Amino acid sequence: MKIAVLSGKGGTGKTLVSINLACAAKASIYIDCDVEEPNGHLFFNPSNIKEEKVEIKIPYADNNLCTGCRRCVDFCKFNALAYINGKLKIFDEICHSCGGCVMMCPANAISEREKAVGKIQEGVSGNVTVNTGELNPGEASGIPIIKKLLKDNRKHRVGLTFIDCPPGSSCSVMEIVKDADYCVLVAEPTLYGAHNLNMVYELAELYKKPCGVILNKYQEGDNPSEYFCMQKGIEIVGRIPFNKELGLMSSNAKIAFRESEKYRVFFSALFHSLIREVRHETTVNP
Amino acid sequence: MKIALPVNDNNINTEICISFGRTPYFLIYDTGTKEALFIDNSAAASQGGAGIKAAQIIADNNAEVLLTPRCGENAAEVLISAKIKMYKTSSNSAIENITDFINGKLLPLEETHAGFHHTGK
Repeated sequence: MKIAVLSGKGGTGKTLVSINLACAAKASIYIDCDVEEPNGHLFFNPSNIKEEKVEIKIPYADNNLCTGCRRCVDFCKFNALAYINGKLKIFDEICHSCGGCVMMCPANAISEREKAVGKIQEGVSGNVTVNTGELNPGEASGIPIIKKLLKDNRKHRVGLTFIDCPPGSSCSVMEIVKDADYCVLVAEPTLYGAHNLNMVYELAELYKKPCGVILNKYQEGDNPSEYFCMQKGIEIVGRIPFNKELGLMSSNAKIAFRESEKYRVFFSALFHSLIREVRHETTVNP
Repeated sequence: MKIALPVNDNNINTEICISFGRTPYFLIYDTGTKEALFIDNSAAASQGGAGIKAAQIIADNNAEVLLTPRCGENAAEVLISAKIKMYKTSSNSAIENITDFINGKLLPLEETHAGFHHTGK
C-alpha cells in the first residue's frame, strides 16, 4: 500500500505528517521524494546507510558520421537537438533520456553516455526504512531520481509506504501520484491554503486516486480549507492543532511521535483513522 | 541580407511578439529584394525547447540577423552557433524596427534569460 502525502505549497506539513504516520505504523517505509530539498532524513537520522548514484542517459553525436538527415531533430518532442552549420547540437538539460534519437539515426552517429544527476540512500530508523533521493544542484529535473526510488520500492513486498512528495502539482508530483494507492492532502487554514489544496485535489482527481485531507495548523475560527472539503465532499482524515510545541519539535528535527506520549497517542489515532479510510476507499473504489 | 522578427500577425503592419520561441509567426525580411515573407512558427506548440526549435527555423531560413525583444539562453546558443546576430527591438511595430535596424539605430541584444519553463519539470 503506497500513500502519497501531498500539498500545494511548501511548509504545509507534508514531512510532519509523513514521518509521524510512518512511525505510528508497526513497520513502514518512508520515501522522501522531495529530491530538491529532502529533509525527512534529518528527523529519522537513519543508520546502516546504503547509497547509490542515479544516472541518466544523454546522447552525444559523432559529427563525422552524421549525414545531416535531421531525423533525430524532428523526432525529439522536447527539441533537445538542433542541427546548425553541419553539426548536431545537444541540450543535455532539455533531454528526457528517451533514447529515440539514437534509434532514429540511420548512420549510428548518436551514442549515449551516463550522466550522474543525483543519489538515493536507504537506511533504518527504528520501525521505519528510510529512503531519500537527492538531486544534484543545478540539474533541471528530479524525475529520474523519483522513478528510481519508486522502482526500488516495488521490491519491498510487504508493508506500508509513505511518500513525502515535493510541493505543488507539477510533473514530479504526478509521477508519484500515478503510482500511489491513496493520496493524503495536507492543507493550511487560509484562503491561500484552500487554493493550494484545490491544486493537489484536482491532481488526485485527474488520476482517479482516492484521497483524504489532513487539516494542519488547525485552530478556532474560519478555515477555508475545511470549508472546501465540505463543499467538495472530501473526507477529512484528521486535524493537527496549531501549536508552538509541534513547531519547536519540527525546528529541532524531533519526531513528535517519538518524543512524547501525548503525540504518540495523537498520531496513533490519526494513523488508525487514515488506515480505516484508506481500506474503505480502496475497497469501495479499487 | 535576411532579417528575422517574431511577430503576432502575418501582415506587414504587425506588431512584434514578446516571445521569441512561442511567437505565432516569423517575418523574414530581405533587405536586398525588399520582400517580406511570413512563416508559421511550428515551435510555438512545443512541449519544451521552443526556443531551440524556433532558432533552428530562423537558421534554416538563412536569416543573418534577428530583431527580438528578448531571447532565452538555449535559443541564443543555437543562434550564436548559426552566426545569427541579435538586436533588441525598440518599438512594437515590425516595420519601424526594420527601418531602425537598416539605419543602424538598434542596439545588439546582449542579455539572454534562463528558460521560463524550468520549474518542476
